Amino acid sequence: MALSDLGARYQSMDYGPAPEDAGPARAWLAQYAGRFGHYIGGAWTPPSEGVYFDSTDPATGEKLAAVALGSPADVDAAVRAARAALPAWQALTGHGRARHLYALARLVQKHARRLAVLETLDNGKPIRESRDIDVPLVARHFYHHAGWAQLLDREFPGQVPCGVAAQIIPWNFPLLMLAWKVAPALAAANTVVLKPAEFTPLTALAFAQLCEEAGLPPGVLNIVTGDGSTGAALVKHPGTDKIAFTGSTEVGREIRRASAGSHQKLSLELGGKSPFVVFEDADLDSAVEGLVDGIWLNQGQVCCAGSRLLVQESVAQRLLEKVRARMGSLRIGSPLDKTTDIGAIVAPVQLQRIRELVQQGIAEGATCWQPPLTLPQQGLYFAPTLLTGVQPSAMVAQREIFGPVLTTLTFRTPDEAVELANNTVYGLAASVWSESIGQALDIATGIKAGVVWVNGTNMFDAACGFGGYRESGFGREGGREGMREYLQPAWWRKAVAIGAAGAPAAAQRVADDAVPASSPGEAIDRTVKLFIGGRQVRPDSGYSLPCLDAAGRLLGEVPAGNRKDIRNAVEAARAATGWARMNGHQRAQVLYYIAENMQQRRTDIGARLAQAVGRAQARRELRLSIERLFSYAAWADKFDGAVHDSPVRTLVLAVREPIGVAGVICPSPAPLLGMVSMLLPLIALGNAVVAVPSRDYPLIAADLYQVLETSDLPAGVVNLVTGDAAELMRVLAAHDEVQALWCYGDEALCAEAKRLSAGNLKRTWSNEGRRIDFFRADQGEGRWYLEQACQVKNIWLPYGA
Amino acid sequence: MAPGGQTAAAQQSGTAVSNAGMPLSVTWLDSLRIDSSAVERRAATLVARRTVKKEWQVAWLLRAISCMDLTTLSGDDTEQRVLRLCAKARRPLSEEVRAALGLGDLRVQAAAVCVYHRFVAAARRALEGSGVRVAAVSSGFPAGLSPFAERLAEIRNSVAEGADEIDVVITRAHVLEGRWQALYEEVAAFKDACAGRHCKVILSTGELGTLRNVARTSLVAMMAGADFIKTSTGKESVNATLPVGLVMLRTLRDYCARTGEVVGFKPAGGIRSAKQALEWLLLIREELGTAWLSGERFRFGASGMLTDIERQLAYHGSGRYAAVHRQPLV
Repeated sequence: MALSDLGARYQSMDYGPAPEDAGPARAWLAQYAGRFGHYIGGAWTPPSEGVYFDSTDPATGEKLAAVALGSPADVDAAVRAARAALPAWQALTGHGRARHLYALARLVQKHARRLAVLETLDNGKPIRESRDIDVPLVARHFYHHAGWAQLLDREFPGQVPCGVAAQIIPWNFPLLMLAWKVAPALAAANTVVLKPAEFTPLTALAFAQLCEEAGLPPGVLNIVTGDGSTGAALVKHPGTDKIAFTGSTEVGREIRRASAGSHQKLSLELGGKSPFVVFEDADLDSAVEGLVDGIWLNQGQVCCAGSRLLVQESVAQRLLEKVRARMGSLRIGSPLDKTTDIGAIVAPVQLQRIRELVQQGIAEGATCWQPPLTLPQQGLYFAPTLLTGVQPSAMVAQREIFGPVLTTLTFRTPDEAVELANNTVYGLAASVWSESIGQALDIATGIKAGVVWVNGTNMFDAACGFGGYRESGFGREGGREGMREYLQPAWWRKAVAIGAAGAPAAAQRVADDAVPASSPGEAIDRTVKLFIGGRQVRPDSGYSLPCLDAAGRLLGEVPAGNRKDIRNAVEAARAATGWARMNGHQRAQVLYYIAENMQQRRTDIGARLAQAVGRAQARRELRLSIERLFSYAAWADKFDGAVHDSPVRTLVLAVREPIGVAGVICPSPAPLLGMVSMLLPLIALGNAVVAVPSRDYPLIAADLYQVLETSDLPAGVVNLVTGDAAELMRVLAAHDEVQALWCYGDEALCAEAKRLSAGNLKRTWSNEGRRIDFFRADQGEGRWYLEQACQVKNIWLPYGA
Repeated sequence: MAPGGQTAAAQQSGTAVSNAGMPLSVTWLDSLRIDSSAVERRAATLVARRTVKKEWQVAWLLRAISCMDLTTLSGDDTEQRVLRLCAKARRPLSEEVRAALGLGDLRVQAAAVCVYHRFVAAARRALEGSGVRVAAVSSGFPAGLSPFAERLAEIRNSVAEGADEIDVVITRAHVLEGRWQALYEEVAAFKDACAGRHCKVILSTGELGTLRNVARTSLVAMMAGADFIKTSTGKESVNATLPVGLVMLRTLRDYCARTGEVVGFKPAGGIRSAKQALEWLLLIREELGTAWLSGERFRFGASGMLTDIERQLAYHGSGRYAAVHRQPLV
């Protein structure tokens, strides 16, 4: 060691290079001669069309390996292998599957460093992150889900696995996203076909090798590598039962549309533009570090990155000074260096996109600031960037940049903070900084996002659900709520299609004891209206539609609602915000009161309903509807959230929140009970609904709204619009203010409802053309409906005196 | 503003501490907010985000030695024990290690020795002409509960006997009772008694209860003119921890940025290994910048740590892991 060097280093106190040795990871790649087939049915399988593509190191441009480009035939082979493996995998006990998941957790830990280095080589993220964040979370995820496998029967009684799961994951957390997808799927006794991202397939292949080593039965996990076309082939393959996707909102929409006609269960974890809200009573230095973890983690290529800084005006200048100072000490460079904070952008196309968006931001008036850092000569790098003077209307304030770029806005009051935070089509995550717990929780509750970190950011754990509101997708990953995405009720799986043999048609059943309609002149004419905003209103069209019984006799007339009536109804529902703010006890009081009033009028309602469905069914519908009102009144204050077991000294509150405005296309058979069964779970949990009543007997709307009007239900919570169900469904599906759509109908109607809901990524529920027996409590009510009538927000509360 | 947030004036490397203080600002004090959990997370991850290897590590360990207040503060201290410490402070590394590292004439010695008032004169004599400073823990160390006049007298006596620096302890009760004015006046009186010698104010953070109290106490001490703020006496059950250090450094950074003064920092107690030494240096460099990475503005209060640093340096020089008995005793 030369003294001169030492002396200079003693003076400068620089860090010097600290490279992680990539040798073992490269040696592993060399074992496969740098060339990988798909992993199908437990065997490394060359691509059917013989085409490979390169996976490269974004920090150097160097080719790391050639990887198989999956064709539809490859996808088909993988789906078949997964299907073939399903019976034996499901025949194992939960304990048997738990052993497999446990072995995978252990193997990930044993080979942690190799996996971390491989991830960094392939993706460009700093080794500090892959080593300290990604890979430990992967192991944690498999441990946690080994536990769910063990407890499956006891914790999810009456639930069965979906079957074969198709999973498509992104390039920003390649192995971690694999874990988030694969662990719950396997724990719930599904088999899997996974497609890793085109840019980052290598750790998935390394994981496949661990599965081999662990003795995971062939076909339980299949990995097909490839590009977007491979993913599209997987989505379109009819042989899967579940699709789970993490990626862009645009692709998510396409998948929603493409899978609408199938019975595949779908979960989407999509983009975000997450607010990072700093109040004047925050620990500003800690908030600055939060930003570093929020927007400069993984080069900002994080769907839940805190990319929109909202800071209270009184501390804005001080905070921004601190942010700029902190940005100056960020280290950008080789991802394999242990002191690197910001590594390489994953691919040229991403770098180009970031550059263009920042340029556009500047063109729109933003001030761009970057610290005086030297970028490496070679490789794909983008300096950490602060955009100030960004107005909410600017493109960079709305679009997901997916790079190390922070935009800033100021606010004056807590209300304005929430307003700005929610001024986005996304709703993935949020970060709130305040040392006042009352204020922090108020803001956490007000922000529409699936995850809210209080005085923290980008915290993840296998026991805590992760997933979005709004156009950030639906479904959760992690915890109990994540397991549900891979399970379904046993009866539901066996339910037969409407009109299939064994499914009696309602119309045939009514004839026997139908009560004749009273003849003209005996009674005063009854005018049925639409029920919107708590008032009976005439339809915009001025037309009425006849309501006939099974024999074709006129029972009465209902208004022909049209798109304007739906528009007005949605407006009324949107205004009924007080309902969501009421507590469960208060909502239960209203539901009980509805039951009481229905009981009082049961003779009249029953007599009219009997004209359509016969006396016996009418009596049953009324009796069970009142019972169902009691059930949901009971649930209203009991279907509550959870506190997840979480990392050290953090409370994670899983709070159930209403979705917002829901459209409901009610079942035709069981006009009263079917409608009540679909409306009640939604309103019990605080949603407002716009419902289209039974097509067979829409007159029931009048009986229902007369009961509702006398029951203290706030105006706008339930709106009833009669008319052409398919036409009204399309209006609801295309309405961006409607956040959920529940549709009961034949297969075609359900498929269309799901497809048209892709626009704003509504949470959809449908019977998928299957027959649901609403007269049975196990099918017609319960947790299955309630779970879909709400969304879970995970609020992270780290604490310490 | 430069990395770490220091003002241009304060940035100049090597500038010694100088703190004129300022009137007590209760408004500023009340505005301090510390999120303990976030501080702990930052402290835990910071040391995983940075590392130094090979000759850079050697350079950093040498720097750690040059920032040491080599300390003996035991009830069984004797003059001979203090003289042994002084000898070590002058020549912290054996010729063998120096040669193996090729240090040539690079001067590496401890910044100071830190002793009880009783041994100031002996240390003064032993260190004459070496450049190693003498620090005395005066003012009723470690509890700081002896009569105020006696504590002031002790400081003045240490100054009279030739101490370059005085490590003073505060009355923790002032913090716990929220008597900030009293605390301010106490530290100001200590500073005054130091008569221009560096006044290093020990906060005894392990006895302050919360990180917010650590921040507030740090700020009051600096407002009252502390030249250094120091974590601990080494006698509390919890001594220098990285989260406490982080809070003190952030407060120090804000104070220096707002006032233009330069204040030093000294963690003490429980720092025993070379690894810990590097962690503290990383913390300083990240939060304050390299200007604070010198004995002028940063000190370790430690003794055993030197033995471990020597062993690491011996390894770097020879490629052999060293045995403890081969290192000259501290």
